[in-house]
Amino acid sequence: MPPPSKPLGDEFLKGLWKENPIFIQVLGMCPALAVTNSVVNALAMGLATCFVLVCSSFFVSSLRRFIPRPVRISTYIVIIATFVTLTDLVLAALVPDVHRALGAFIPLIVVNCLILGRQEAFASKNPVPRAVADAAGMGVGFAFALTCLGAIREILGAGTFLGVPLFGPHFEPWVIMLLPPGGFLSLGFLLLFFNALKQARDRRRAAAARGETA
Amino acid sequence: MSEAVHATPPSAAARPAPPREPSTLRLIATLGLAGFFSGLAIVGVHALTLPRIEQNRRERLERAILTVLPGSRSFAVFVERDGRLAPLDAEQAKQAGEPPIYAGFDAAGKLVGFALPGSEPGYQDAIHGIFGVDPARRLVVGFQVLESRETPGLGDRILAEEWIAPNFRALAIDPGIEAVAAGKKTAAHQVETITGATISSRAVVRMLQKALERWRAGIEAYAAGAERARRGE
Repeated sequence: MPPPSKPLGDEFLKGLWKENPIFIQVLGMCPALAVTNSVVNALAMGLATCFVLVCSSFFVSSLRRFIPRPVRISTYIVIIATFVTLTDLVLAALVPDVHRALGAFIPLIVVNCLILGRQEAFASKNPVPRAVADAAGMGVGFAFALTCLGAIREILGAGTFLGVPLFGPHFEPWVIMLLPPGGFLSLGFLLLFFNALKQARDRRRAAAARGETA
Repeated sequence: MSEAVHATPPSAAARPAPPREPSTLRLIATLGLAGFFSGLAIVGVHALTLPRIEQNRRERLERAILTVLPGSRSFAVFVERDGRLAPLDAEQAKQAGEPPIYAGFDAAGKLVGFALPGSEPGYQDAIHGIFGVDPARRLVVGFQVLESRETPGLGDRILAEEWIAPNFRALAIDPGIEAVAAGKKTAAHQVETITGATISSRAVVRMLQKALERWRAGIEAYAAGAERARRGE
């Protein structure tokens, strides 16, 4: 393994785009499909997940020398579950409407594989600033991806953005976009878009490399 | 066990390779401590947020009562005692542990109707709702979901005004509430279920049927008594 030499900023940025949890790693699909039927829900879910991810990574990284390997997963789960419960309680106290809308999906953040995955793959092997930068990047990337999905589904499925009507009274909403198939369709098209971007970039790079060698 | 440890190459910078297996005691202590601090954090935040969460719930219930009884400005809590409705103040109501109902009054203090809370298993979890019943006109005049975890986009359409307005604004309670398929409502006592949310919408109808069965006699007796008292003046 090469010594970690990437600047902290890169550690943060990779989660936004190059290693985006939804569009590239395709992790955390359950909330990505289930609660992205409106921008508000998607954003709230993304921020809640981001908060849990950053806090968990901070503690896992700080405690990485004290957690014995055989019980590391159980310890990570305890840490993650603690922050999920705190998030659940705080959302219920401060924004009850959002909390009601997200319903069962807040407790389910515990089993979001993105979070446990970052603990095992990154936070447990890296110093605190690096772990937090990575978690923040992945969390923001996750929230960004969910918000994209939520925006597409809300605009097409309800004709609104953040509840504000966009198209006037003659727009017939595509109700399917709010239903589960709409989640799959939107995600499919977004993945297609991101893969096309990636392929175009790879082709450009290959062409540039050939140009240099020629 | 040790193969598993060495299967992933330890990162030289971050993790000095453990010289030997940690002792059982250390494993237990680690998990015990994690659990202890987790418990402290959760119980602490729970204690801090509980008053606010309860207040949110109370405010939501109060708003719901006034919404399902159009025209009401205030309400009072009632429970059933010896087959009759008896008023309770809020403090008693909290301690009583008996299921309460709420009588809504208009600005002049006249009885508008009763708000009947209920709950019924839905598609995922219990649906909690509240119905407004006007005993004088013998109509259900409002419905609101208090809490539900129905599927977003499908079952949660029981929350939508598009379903509630045509079905629960003037629903006759005689001869008894009946659920019919979407588009098949022909009589004032029928509720259309939602295509794609049949389980959830049927649960709401069952909740209403049970609430009426439970409270019908009490609210009719009370309303008749109130009417007599009004005429006697």
